[in-house]
Amino acid sequence: MRRAEQAMVPEAEFRSYYGQPIIKPPIWHEPHMPVYLYLGGLSGAASVLAAAAGVTGHRRLALATRLTAVAGAAAGAGFLVAELGRPERFLNMLRVFKPTSPMSMGSWILAAHSGLAGLAAVAALAPHLPDSAATAVLRFSPVAVALPAAGDAAAAAAALTGPLMSTYTAVLLADTAVPAWHEAHRELPFLFAGSALAAAGAAGMLATPRAQAGPARAAAVLGAAAETVAGALMERRLGMLAEPYRVGKAGRRMRIARALTAGGGLLAVVAGRGRALTALSGLALTAGALFTRFGVLAAGRASAADPKYTVVPQRRRLDDRAPASAETPG
Amino acid sequence: MAECHPVGFQWVVEARERGAKVFHIDPRFTRTSALVDRHLPIRAGSDIVLLGALINHVLTDGLDFREYVLAYTNASTIVSEHFRDTEDLDGLFSGFDPETARYDPSSWSYEGAGQEAAAGVRAEQLEGGARHAEAAGAEQYGSGGAAMSARPPTDPTLRHPRCVYQILKRHFARYTPETVEEVCGISREAFAELAEAITANSGRERTTAWAYAVGWTQHTVGAQYIRTASILQLLLGNIGRPGGGILALRGHASIQGSTDIPTLFNILPGYLPMPHAHLHETLDDYLAHAGPDTGFWGRKRSYMVSLLKAWWGESATEDNDFCFGHLPRLTGDHSHYTTVMEQIAGTVKGYFVMGENPAVGSSGGRAQRFGLANLDWLVVRDLTLVETATFWKDGPELATGEMRTEDIATEVFFLPAASHVEKEGTFTNTQRLLQWRHKALDPPGDCRSDLSFSYHLGKRIRQRLSGDEIDRPLRELTWDYPEEGERAEPSAEAVLREINGVGPDGRALSAYTELQPDGSTRCGCWIYCGVYAGEVNQAARRTPGREQNWVAPEWGWAWPANRRTLYNRASADPEGRPWSERKAYVWWDAGRGEWTGYDVPDFEPRKPPDYLPPDGALAEEALAGTDPFIMQADGKGWLFAPAGLADGPLPAHYEPHESPLPNALYGRRANPARRTYHSPHTPYNPPESPRFPYVLTTYRLTEHHTAGGMSRPLAYLAELQPELFCEVSPQLAAEVGLENGGWATIVTSRTVIEARVLVTGRVTPLRVQGRTIHQVGLPYHWAWGGGGLVTGDVVNDLLPVVLDPNVYIQEGKAATCDLRPGRRPAGRALLDLIREYHDG
Amino acid sequence: MAERMGFFTDTSVCIGCKACEVACKEWNDVPDDGFVFRATSYDNTGGLGADTWRHVAFIEQPRRGPEEPGGREGSKGPPGPEGAEGQGVEGWLMSSDVCKHCTHAACLDVCPTGALFRTEFGTVVVQEDVCNGCGYCVPACPYGVIDRRERDGRAFKCTMCYDRQLGGLEPACAKACPTDSIQFGPLEELRARAQERVERLRGEGRPQARLYGADPDDGVGGDGAFFLLLDEPEVYGLPPDPVVTTRDLPAMWRWAAGAALCLVGATALSFLGRGGNR
Repeated sequence: MRRAEQAMVPEAEFRSYYGQPIIKPPIWHEPHMPVYLYLGGLSGAASVLAAAAGVTGHRRLALATRLTAVAGAAAGAGFLVAELGRPERFLNMLRVFKPTSPMSMGSWILAAHSGLAGLAAVAALAPHLPDSAATAVLRFSPVAVALPAAGDAAAAAAALTGPLMSTYTAVLLADTAVPAWHEAHRELPFLFAGSALAAAGAAGMLATPRAQAGPARAAAVLGAAAETVAGALMERRLGMLAEPYRVGKAGRRMRIARALTAGGGLLAVVAGRGRALTALSGLALTAGALFTRFGVLAAGRASAADPKYTVVPQRRRLDDRAPASAETPG
Repeated sequence: MAECHPVGFQWVVEARERGAKVFHIDPRFTRTSALVDRHLPIRAGSDIVLLGALINHVLTDGLDFREYVLAYTNASTIVSEHFRDTEDLDGLFSGFDPETARYDPSSWSYEGAGQEAAAGVRAEQLEGGARHAEAAGAEQYGSGGAAMSARPPTDPTLRHPRCVYQILKRHFARYTPETVEEVCGISREAFAELAEAITANSGRERTTAWAYAVGWTQHTVGAQYIRTASILQLLLGNIGRPGGGILALRGHASIQGSTDIPTLFNILPGYLPMPHAHLHETLDDYLAHAGPDTGFWGRKRSYMVSLLKAWWGESATEDNDFCFGHLPRLTGDHSHYTTVMEQIAGTVKGYFVMGENPAVGSSGGRAQRFGLANLDWLVVRDLTLVETATFWKDGPELATGEMRTEDIATEVFFLPAASHVEKEGTFTNTQRLLQWRHKALDPPGDCRSDLSFSYHLGKRIRQRLSGDEIDRPLRELTWDYPEEGERAEPSAEAVLREINGVGPDGRALSAYTELQPDGSTRCGCWIYCGVYAGEVNQAARRTPGREQNWVAPEWGWAWPANRRTLYNRASADPEGRPWSERKAYVWWDAGRGEWTGYDVPDFEPRKPPDYLPPDGALAEEALAGTDPFIMQADGKGWLFAPAGLADGPLPAHYEPHESPLPNALYGRRANPARRTYHSPHTPYNPPESPRFPYVLTTYRLTEHHTAGGMSRPLAYLAELQPELFCEVSPQLAAEVGLENGGWATIVTSRTVIEARVLVTGRVTPLRVQGRTIHQVGLPYHWAWGGGGLVTGDVVNDLLPVVLDPNVYIQEGKAATCDLRPGRRPAGRALLDLIREYHDG
Repeated sequence: MAERMGFFTDTSVCIGCKACEVACKEWNDVPDDGFVFRATSYDNTGGLGADTWRHVAFIEQPRRGPEEPGGREGSKGPPGPEGAEGQGVEGWLMSSDVCKHCTHAACLDVCPTGALFRTEFGTVVVQEDVCNGCGYCVPACPYGVIDRRERDGRAFKCTMCYDRQLGGLEPACAKACPTDSIQFGPLEELRARAQERVERLRGEGRPQARLYGADPDDGVGGDGAFFLLLDEPEVYGLPPDPVVTTRDLPAMWRWAAGAALCLVGATALSFLGRGGNR
């Protein structure tokens, strides 16, 4: 029941109940949850890119990112619903609007964002669609007149929901008792925002002619850099709670994610020079963003599974609070 | 107690909160130990040494409650000059016959008592199968004890060398703190603490209680364990007083009830002895041997005649000895294990098993199953299809190839039983308290109460009777209970009323003192007379505690006569005054000329303390106003039992039949009068055998019930203790190579089983006679089937069939075994392993 | 709202009979938790979860030699005979754990559907007809109490027998507890009683006795179900200093907003100086 910790925090000895975890590990499944986290981030950042591309007149990029945004949101919602224990009750999420619940806020953000991204995408896509019974409504004059403007407005609005989409998931994870997540609540949003931007940049690079993909490459570089820096800062500040991000399955994933992100980011700098480079960079960044999410999820699980991560920081907190009245050594 | 009687243990917890000091003496540190002041780990089977040393401590330091001891016990009584103690005969009492391994108790009698008064029934007088002819000495007495003079010679100075007090002193002198350490493994310091606590907590102002369960009874010296405690408690004045006593914690609901209205072979309701074939041809013959004529047993004719009248009604008349001839007769020992041996031998052909699972729950399960397999027919009534009903298709002997289903000719009838919530009736608890239970719901399907089964079986048998003389006892039986509902459920209240008894006017009687010897009263169980007083079901009373005094006489009904503490005359001094205000319970009210108090006085209400019996008085009139033990012939608490026990008038320590150690106290290793069977199905481990170096003890867990038939099929209980495990100390685990959570194989001469391993500091090795003794603990709730959600090997299969000679209880709490790491072999290989141990 | 009701679990009189576990399951129709021998003393259900709402922990306290500091109170065993080899145990702690019904309940805070709600008795209950099994409450709980029943999909935990309370009855576990280790009643009364109890035990030479979850100023605002423990909380599998995660939620949103702004900023930066081809 008592065991010395590993070398990282040599002074900490702690007691537990047969080494059993104190908190419950997150029950979210792989790949659903990490893929959702990735897709949500991708969709959010893509919306921001789309709006910027729209404003700056990068039409192909705007189209590509608008489509990326809606695809990401739709697929993400699908994964999210599939993750529920009672998927048929998905709409119960919209029963309440609950600021204390990042999941509730996220549901509303996702709902709003999907709608906006969808409208923006339909508007952007409408001119390119072949005539058919299904698309007839888009040709109907009032709709046809209003659609482009509505699409642009939606795209602009999605530029507001998008950043929230990319970062609320960090709050979603941090607002738990999972030590490696909760204590990372400052850096996680930046990690996720950077990762989202890198992923959206990568998608933009991959789906846009190289000539028009400059901003996407720039975004990818910045995103990758932000993700890398945020990750490093996070691990430094977490102290012993960085351990779950460094060892085991999570550690492997995080290392791969870092390598892919850094590599993809560096490649993105020069990716404008060739298709292969673009593809390599884009895929690396995408994979890196995915690995980040899988890694963060695994690190959270690992930190929940070992009572050390719950007990030692709390015990220290108690001891710091009342140094004079230290308990009998237990 | 917390383990097996958690609900009752709440009172121990409360007592402790109110300042009581609680000791727990057990081989293991259990859930009870966790809540008490002091746990003393003891080597299983050595309790008489501990209790004997406490007695020695009391006697040596003169700590006995002298006024109580002199007035209320037989301490001053002078014993026959023919008596020889274990001190004289190196572990034997006088009267031992090595040929038969039986005692003739006549030399144990009081000075001047006739020899035949104490003489046991001789085996040679009897006929029947060899084992059935082994007449028991003890079973003939019922609860009355042996016939004895009411006024034996005494020496009130306690100086006579043959007075009980001096005999005790000599007998227990060798039970010292050093022997406790040597034999029990309890340190002198711990012993001193215990001795100090119980003596300081006894006397006028305070009382000490002892509680025990089958940890005391399941030994070859089990009855003597209780005797030792009785001696200690009498010396300390802790009997018949509030907060005192020796409390038997029963193994099941209403086990007390099942001896009051017995399921035992050798007694009739109310502890009247079962008549013996040949010895008891007539009622007079029987009554001459059925207990003393003085004390309340002196009214035995009234009890017996009223019982016969309850059973045979109008047919029972003075002229036909009240149908005494209709009663079945004993020819000897028909106890459980003897019956099983006779099944194997082929003399017992049919078997009713009701609410019991002997294939799992009895010692030496292999013998049980070989017996079952050799029957013509077997009736099993239970809640689930227990292993006793299915052994023929899934028993362990099929796996080893020792039995084949096609060879087993036993016709098995399984009859589903109603559970306790599906029927009404009483439970009688260890306080002799009858509590009525109402039915909550109807039993499902074909399930029926035991009452319904027995009654309707009886009805059907009676329909098939001939006019022959042989059927007369059944034909004339009163068998006419009112039936209720579609299922014709006999009325349990009508049965209770019959047990209570009725007078000549047909009205319910209110006390056993109303019973008559002339056939004018009927009573199904004299000690229960009054449970239906005033035509009211007294057992169903539920007056809340806050609405009555602290003895709570209006909750349920306690036999006899609603007395909550037996022999409570002893709670007052010889003059009838409470020993102290603090311990006031029952006292003599001189003004009103009667006994009064919080409880119903267990005494004649108007017999004054200074009453002296006239010469030749009989029954209760033969006892003085200072004789509280009104069921005894002399009205005294027996420190020395001049008769009634098969293995000695005083307790002596003997090692268990299977022990790794010699007897450190006497030349006799084990109880010389213990009952053994020489059957290939239940061989014994050799004593002090290096092949079986560990002490094995068995027990129950809170989470399960006995052989598991009622708990293994229930998910909520089964999940709490899902597998058989053995508890071993870290030291033993290291010695044998066991890992916590791994598997162990446990071997005795009987069989080999496997169990998961729980390594725990709650089991400690003991240092005994210069050796380290390891004890292995095994809860016995598992078996292979029985509708169980969880299964496991049968622990009782490991145990030897060796019995206490007084009550035929098996020695289930102390045996020897070997322990090996890993799982056991299966099939033939299992038998090979046993053979390996046999061949050494 | 009616008076806030609670549990005071006094582990100093727990005898580990598990009647609370069984009574809870019987009343609430909770399924079994599997049949696994865990070799962890007498505990084979492991901990609280979707299928175990009361859980009795068993802790065997090894006896410490004289050279080891920190010997515990209430030493049960006698000094062994000379040369005794058994160290034995000093005590066997048993404790019936249950949902804490926190004043600031993370599970309730983070539930996105409103399935978790606070009752008129001040307890926290899952409405099984609303819960959609998002599972968010599971890692939110600082005590690891609530869990999702995978074959059902919804989250389950102790309701403090909400239905029984509505009918004026005490919860099944408290009703079944033979030694009154589990006491049910108005929280304020229980806290006062517990304070007296812990002081008495300390006075009797058990300095390790302490209340857990009784302090309204702790990280969860005090527990509706609190405990008297005889050792440190983590020994029982309880967090030593639990904090409701949503206490930091405003800060989290601020950091997230900062990150969101940075994302916008970084995007703007990416487009800086790059004309489109409109």
